[in-house]
This record gives sequence, structure tokens and C-alpha cells, in this order.
Amino acid sequence: MTEPLLKINDLEIVYSQNRKVVHAVNGVSLQLEKGKTLGLVGETGAGKTTIAKAIMRILPDPPARILRGEILFENEDLLKKSESEMGDVRGEKIAMIFQDPMTALNPLMTVGDQILEVIKLHTDCSRQEGMKKAGEMLETVGIPAERYVEYPHQFSGGMKQRVVIAMALACNPELILADEPTTALDVTIQAQVLDLINALKEKYNTAMILITHDLGVVAQTCDEVAVIYAGQIVEYGKKEEIFMHPLHPYTLGLFASLPEMSIGKKRLKPIDGMPPDPTVVAEGCPFRPRCPYAMEKCGQSVENREIAPNHFCRCIWEGRKSE
Amino acid sequence: MQNFSKNKKMQVAGEFLYRLQKSWSSKLGIGLLVLIVLLCLIGPFFSPYGINEIDLSSIYAGPSAKHWLGCDTMGRDMLTRLLYGGRYSLALGLVTALFGAVLGTVIGCIAGYFGGKTEMMLMRIMDVWSALPSLMLCILISAVLGSGFFATVLALSVGNIPNGMRMVRGQILSERTKEYIEAAISINCSKTVVMFQHLLPNVIQPMIVNTTMGIGSAIAMAASLSYIGLGIQPPDPEWGAMLADGKTYVYVYPHLILVPGIAIALVVFGINLLGDGLRDALDPKLRD
Repeated sequence: MTEPLLKINDLEIVYSQNRKVVHAVNGVSLQLEKGKTLGLVGETGAGKTTIAKAIMRILPDPPARILRGEILFENEDLLKKSESEMGDVRGEKIAMIFQDPMTALNPLMTVGDQILEVIKLHTDCSRQEGMKKAGEMLETVGIPAERYVEYPHQFSGGMKQRVVIAMALACNPELILADEPTTALDVTIQAQVLDLINALKEKYNTAMILITHDLGVVAQTCDEVAVIYAGQIVEYGKKEEIFMHPLHPYTLGLFASLPEMSIGKKRLKPIDGMPPDPTVVAEGCPFRPRCPYAMEKCGQSVENREIAPNHFCRCIWEGRKSE
Repeated sequence: MQNFSKNKKMQVAGEFLYRLQKSWSSKLGIGLLVLIVLLCLIGPFFSPYGINEIDLSSIYAGPSAKHWLGCDTMGRDMLTRLLYGGRYSLALGLVTALFGAVLGTVIGCIAGYFGGKTEMMLMRIMDVWSALPSLMLCILISAVLGSGFFATVLALSVGNIPNGMRMVRGQILSERTKEYIEAAISINCSKTVVMFQHLLPNVIQPMIVNTTMGIGSAIAMAASLSYIGLGIQPPDPEWGAMLADGKTYVYVYPHLILVPGIAIALVVFGINLLGDGLRDALDPKLRD
């Protein structure tokens, strides 16, 4: 196995406000190889975006604090870097694609100038060269270079997201953090944007962490999947493994709640209950109150176990395996 | 491509001007102001009288063919003094409003962007600041710094700072959470760039309108300073000073007060019309 591009060990992040402590990320470990895509799946508030922002080191501090853990990128701990060292990484080696293209672009700058800004911040080139490169980036994401001088309000949502992607890719980053890049788009545009991201990722051999709550998107783009629940990775492995043999009851619940066209079921099967209160740290498995297979032993804390090769699951229940 | 972008910018500016002159009120405001400014700039050159030229035979003279707006307490030609004094009043208003707005904007930006303790400290200072009545603050500063153009500008503008600062801060608070700011940070823009290149242009529009309106009140304020004997000193004919000069004779020779009074009123009126027009022209909601 080659050395991973990104390796996160035991990351714990809290938000503290008004003497309340929100445990957003509780001991997350994961790794990503060059050119691969990892899908972070989980419901709202599970801590997906917090992980991405921690990698970029753009968490607002206060209220966010990284308590422990390390984020190794190219074998260097990003959390130990100074702000100026971080400048060589942020935007240049790691770039982020934001969720809502409507607000992710400055309404008063032309789209071209916004791409130019990234290029000029990270490469020594003249304005002319930068503008040429920015124009090329626009062409790469399928927007004619003549639209360089137009403002974001003259673009549709899908086009804006293309611009955001062009901005992220402008400096050929090693790693892209895509924070729900398609959530704000309608389904046909979603497919186009995903295809574009996939194609560009392959072209530049970029690794990507794709944050989403859409399992369909994961199926379409990812190599590996990490299912996150209450700030913990509950199941982690190759996409095929997870999709073919889901083990954790939460993952099972997620798949069960997908609409199935073929069988003609009338109602969706949601997971009962609500996500746990992130201000309370409970002993044991956080999914226990909602888990249909909960038993007494679930009150003890569980570690991620390797159930099959490269397939980790944080659950003591093994009923599924024997079925 | 560079020329292309220049064209585009001109197009934006053109659209702005088009929208500005669309309403009759801003047209009237601009017309009025342009007229007054031109008169003040070139008027005195055509006057047969000097600014401080005393003609003892026509003291308190009312309007006539010889002196269109009459003469003042020392027999100086009112029209000449009015036009010449307009230069002082207008410049004072403009510089004061701009100075206050720039300072307020910078402080507001810093407070809004950094938040936390910085914001807390700046806000409390501004609270104390605005707790002092602005006229009293003016009088205080004028008394300490003495009279003269720049002392007056300083005295008049400090009162405006807290207002502008609050406004900019409020705007920044609402704009700062938007994703494009986060995006700018994530491509490693420095704090200064984020603040002044990304945030400021997006929050500056209400401030422009506010400042325009502020010119009017600054002129009025300057007049009141002159009226109580601070600010621009005689024999320089600032409008407020002219008002003060004539105040004793208001019943006998009303033109001494009416002439500068109406001039102030007209300028403030014109500026308020322009400010309204600007607000409409800059409002992004009305943009297509």
C-alpha cells in the first residue's frame, strides 16, 4: 500500500458557546490515497463540514477548538503548521468547493477576476498570464472564456457551481474538499456537475473528499465511503463493500430509507428518532437509542473493528453477518 | 480581454447613471447642486464688488439693480459674499461628511470583521462617544483646536463617526457569514484583502447614501457653529457666519437672514434629493 495523501488520526473538535460544549467530531480517523475519492455520508449536524474545515484550518476559533488528533497531509501535520505555512497549503494544495453556489461567489467581482485572484495568490505570474489561465479554467469547466467579464448574477446556479469548481481547480490542488457540491442544484444539473467533477478529478489525478448526504452521489463518484453519525465514523470501507454488505445498523437504516422504484413500496422507511444531542457525551454507542438491534452490551463504548479486509464498523452487533 | 473588461466597467457605470437620472427628484437635485456649485465657483469672478469691499452709503440696502441681493451690515454686497461663502460651506460639508464616513467605515469594518473583544471595545468607545451631544462635542473641539477650516472639519466630523461605524458594522455582520467570504479565506486571502476587497464593496452602498445625506447636515451644522461664533471666522463669508451677522436685524432687514438661510436650505434640499436618487439607483433589489 502506498503512503496515503491524507491521514486523519483521532480528531476531536468541540464548539463551545455560552458554557455549552458541542461535541462535533469525536475521534475520527480516516485516510485517503492520491487520486481517490472518499465520500463522507451522514445527516445534518453529524460533523462532516467541521472535518473539512478542520483540514483547511478555517474553523472559526472561537467557538471551535480542535482538542486532539492530527491531520497528516503529505506526512506533515497541518494542525501544527503556522498560519504562514498554512498559506502554502490552503487554496494551493487543498481547495474547497462550497455548498451553495449562490453565495459562494462575490456578487461584485466578475467571475474571471475571482478565478484570477486564486491564481495570483498562489503563482507568480503577471496579470495578463493569470487572466489567460483564468479564461482557460473557465473553458475547462465548460464556460466560454468570453464570459470572463460577467458577474455572478448573470449566471445560473449550475454555471455558478462550475465557476466555483474552476476556482478550486485553478491551482491544481492535490486534494479537493467538496462540501455538498450538488445539494443546492436540481437533479439534472447535479448529474452534469458530478460528471464534470469526476472528469476533472481524473484529468488532474486529484484526490477528493466528497461530503454529501446523498447515497446516489456516493455511488456515482466515490471509491471509499465513511458513514458518520454523531461525530464518529460508524462504518468505513470500499464503496462496493459498504454498498453490498452494509453492517452497521445506521448504514442499514440509511439504505432502507432510500426510495425503491422497482418493488413498488408506497412508503419510505425512515430511521426512527432524532440524532443525539451533541452537547451530551453518552457512554457507549451513540446510535443505541434509535437502533432496532440495541442490546445491553451497547452501553459500553465500542471501537472500530475490521470486519472484512478494509471494512471497518463500529458496532458489536454481528447478526447481519450470520444471516 | 483587458479592454473588454474596461468596456464592461463603463457599461456598469453607464447603467448606474441612467438609473440615477431616471427619477425627476434626483434630476432636480443634481441640477440644483450643479447650478449652485458652478455659481459659487465662477460667480465671484463676475462680481463688480470685492468680497470685503465696504460701501458705507449702502449699509443695510435692500435688493436693487445695483446690489441684487442687497448689502449687509457693513455695506458689503450680499450676492458676492453669498457665492464666495458657498465655497466654504460646500467644501466644509463635503470634506466633513467624507472624513467622518471614511473613519466610520474603517472602524466599522474592523469591529464587524474581527468581532469578539475588538468589536466589544470599539463599540463601547463609540457608545460613550455618541452619548455626548454632537453639537456639544463640536463646540468642545472647536474651542480646543480653535477656528479655521480644518479644525472645523475635525470638529464636525467626529460626531458622525459612531453612526457610520454602526451602520457599516451591522452590514458586515450580515455579510460576513456568506459563503463567498469563507471561500475567500479558503483560497488564502489575507484579512485585509477579505475585509477591504470582498466585504467592503458589498456593504458600502448604504454608506454612500448616508454620506451624501450627511453633506447636507454637515453644512447645516457648520452654519450653526459659525452662528455661535466658532468655525469659520469673519470676515470670511461662510453662510452660517452671514446668518449670525444678520441675526440682530432680523425684523428690520430680513434679507440679511433670508439670503444665506435660503441658500443653505436649497443646498440641503438638493443633496437630500440626490441622496434619495442614489439610494434607489444603488439598491440591488431594483437592479434587473
